[in-house]
Amino acid sequence: MIYGLCLLLIVVGLYGVVTKRNVVKIVISLAIMEYGINLFLVLVGYRTHGTAPILEEGMMPETLVAQSVDPLPQALVLTSIVIGLAVLALMVALCVRLYERYGTFDVTEMKKLKG
Amino acid sequence: MMHLVPLFMAVPLAGAFLAALPNRRLPWLPDLLGNLAMTWLTVTALSMVGHSGLCAVGDWGYLGIVLRLDGLAVLMLIAINGIGLCATLFSVSYMDRYTARGRYYSLFLLMVAGMNGVVLTGDLFNLYVFMEIAAIASYALVAFGCQHEELEAAFKYAVLGSVASALILIAVAILYGLTGNLNMTAVAVRLAADTDQPATLLAVGLLLCGFALKAALVPFHAWLPDAHPSAPAPVSAMLSGVVIKALGIYVLCRLVFNVFGATAPLLLVLRTLGTVSMIVGVMLAIGQWDMKRLFAYHSISQIGYVALGIGLGTPLGIAGGLFHMVNHSVFKSLLFLNAGAVEYAAGTRDLKRLGGLRGQMPVTANTSLVASMSIAGIPPFNGFWSKLLIVMACIEAGQNWLAVAAIAVSLLTLASFLKVQRYAFFEAAKSALTGVKEVPVLMRTAMLILAALCILTSLAVLAGWREPLLIGWAADALRGGVFGGVQ
Repeated sequence: MIYGLCLLLIVVGLYGVVTKRNVVKIVISLAIMEYGINLFLVLVGYRTHGTAPILEEGMMPETLVAQSVDPLPQALVLTSIVIGLAVLALMVALCVRLYERYGTFDVTEMKKLKG
Repeated sequence: MMHLVPLFMAVPLAGAFLAALPNRRLPWLPDLLGNLAMTWLTVTALSMVGHSGLCAVGDWGYLGIVLRLDGLAVLMLIAINGIGLCATLFSVSYMDRYTARGRYYSLFLLMVAGMNGVVLTGDLFNLYVFMEIAAIASYALVAFGCQHEELEAAFKYAVLGSVASALILIAVAILYGLTGNLNMTAVAVRLAADTDQPATLLAVGLLLCGFALKAALVPFHAWLPDAHPSAPAPVSAMLSGVVIKALGIYVLCRLVFNVFGATAPLLLVLRTLGTVSMIVGVMLAIGQWDMKRLFAYHSISQIGYVALGIGLGTPLGIAGGLFHMVNHSVFKSLLFLNAGAVEYAAGTRDLKRLGGLRGQMPVTANTSLVASMSIAGIPPFNGFWSKLLIVMACIEAGQNWLAVAAIAVSLLTLASFLKVQRYAFFEAAKSALTGVKEVPVLMRTAMLILAALCILTSLAVLAGWREPLLIGWAADALRGGVFGGVQ
């Protein structure tokens, strides 16, 4: 169920990338897709009623492994969020420059490249 | 030697940081840093020949990130850093027309660091991270001129590149969910033990789409003919020469052969994508009048050859494909440097407005003749041997029609390069171009090195092609199969 919602989020993002004309909306759609994937990554490591993967003092590592959620995907998501931020910043900068040059955000009016 | 392997990422990263520091007193410092870093990387990559092994980063043992050096990785490292060195040599004079030299070298070195990382890593998520480093740097480099076309091309490239990265990340997440591991060898072992999982098929499909987008195989090629010509010439040389290979074809081969195992349907997909790109790319190239755009379409076509050769899955096919990949990175980067030199000297790269540059720019004209003959597969040059190997492999595998297609595409390639030669260098000189002079010495050096490589590889073939060119060693790393290479 929740995996399905996550997939829905990714597909909504992809739909936006494909159909929107406004460059800012395309960037937002990419961000939505990114969030869907991050959510999916966290879900991969999730376990029902799992505890936070923190090894407390006096706790056996084995009990932690048996109880907690998988910490690795959480680390991956942090990295992926940072990468997503870098892409987002670059693309927003591109949008600003595009607006300066073309005076519009509409992709259909940006067609100096042909062939 | 293994302790030097992490430096392939660390040195360009450090160089990128230093080159980006603000400095007004020493305007030549970024040039020096860029060239020094690339020289060191090239020399070290060459010294890695014959070595292979694993390098666990940090004290995590098998749990941490593993760097894996094998034949294919060494071959790619030499190609990436060697071409990178020629491109930075060329940049010293060429980048005069742009501002922000420090940032240019910074982005360039980031791109190199990303590609070296992709080639060396043995970890799926790490692969994604390095791929993004290289990709983001290349989006910014395509937009470097900040003119209408450059921004438009960079936006298109960035959108399609991000979609590709997204698909790849989903696939990595699925593979982690299936196997509980990110190490390529461990994933391969788990997948081999547990075949026929529908989720594996989904992951494979997503990865194929993602990396085919990065490699610009038809029908995923839409961004390439815009992005590659819009970048500054040395960056175009890198993008067409090595980025599409390191981020696209190399990873595809690595995953298909060493992680999923080269099954018949996977190879069929690779072969089909390769043949279609080969034909469509050359068809679209013939009608182009912008030199760099024409070369960009040929990149699609030549990458098709590589995918076709490797997709045959036979030892001869793999060797031919890898050999063509290396050859293509040499002659295509040379062609883009030639186009940059023409643009630098004559101020245009429109073939209709060029002509008769042979007398005024002898070095550029002759090196471009060498590169054109190489890409068209004319006998004394390197492109001939690799195309011959691919055609022979097609016939050996019983795919006669593919062999016919490869030869036909080669003829069409020859036709379109004769057009370039005729309009740009032969023909009568145009009156508007009388004041054109040959380009500065560093740009000439870079072009001469690459042209010499075109001829030298061809001579090395005569001396026995497997050993001197490392192709046999690299192909063994792939053909080792699922558990192959270094464990």
